[in-house]
Amino acid sequence: MKIVTVCGMGFGTSLMLLLEIQSIAKGHGFEVNGEAVDLGSAKGMSCDLMVASSEISSELVDEPVEVISINNLLDRNEIEQKVMPAIQKLSKKG
Amino acid sequence: MLVLTEGLVELNVEAKDAEDAIRKAGQLLVNEGLAEARYIDAMVKGFQDIGPYIVVAPNIAFPHARPEAGVIEKGVSIIRLSEPVKFGHPTNDPITLVCALCGVDSKSHIEMLQALATLLRDEDKLKTIMNPEASKQDVLAII
Repeated sequence: MKIVTVCGMGFGTSLMLLLEIQSIAKGHGFEVNGEAVDLGSAKGMSCDLMVASSEISSELVDEPVEVISINNLLDRNEIEQKVMPAIQKLSKKG
Repeated sequence: MLVLTEGLVELNVEAKDAEDAIRKAGQLLVNEGLAEARYIDAMVKGFQDIGPYIVVAPNIAFPHARPEAGVIEKGVSIIRLSEPVKFGHPTNDPITLVCALCGVDSKSHIEMLQALATLLRDEDKLKTIMNPEASKQDVLAII
């Protein structure tokens, strides 16, 4: 399973988000591959799931995969509640 | 690991808008010799071009630009505004706390982001930082 995290510059926030998701997923027993990128690179990227901060996620509506929008990037609970159901769903699909 | 000296923290700062707030937070980095003046312009340009991506949480923004935009040494500055300003974010406006980051590479950038995130996830510490009555010494003491 590959998750792409997206922020404005692809240089900090997206990487922080990816590390959070990987740490949360690991706590649930899932290994997640991921890449942190900027908005321009995210478009058209092949992956299973995209996670972006909320002001950017609206730019990704045309992507063929689910895009999860996070309002508070410091809030582990919000990230866990939004991302884990999608990871569990993807893991069932294989 | 966050290194915050007295010169990198300013409380009850007046800012007329988001750009002004970013410039004031950036000026502290320049004053302390951590970044060149053009780094401030790069942070403002990023905000104008890409939008409020720097708003990471309700009431909190982390303006930053890339290392090659004039970073001298890694660092972070924190300003708390006396009156919050809008950054144009759909859910997290208005912004009271502005933390300007300058990283020399992506590793130092992410280390500072994580250190800041750890600090601001601590509800008691965040309450102190956001409390208009708290002095600079109070804030420096908990960082």
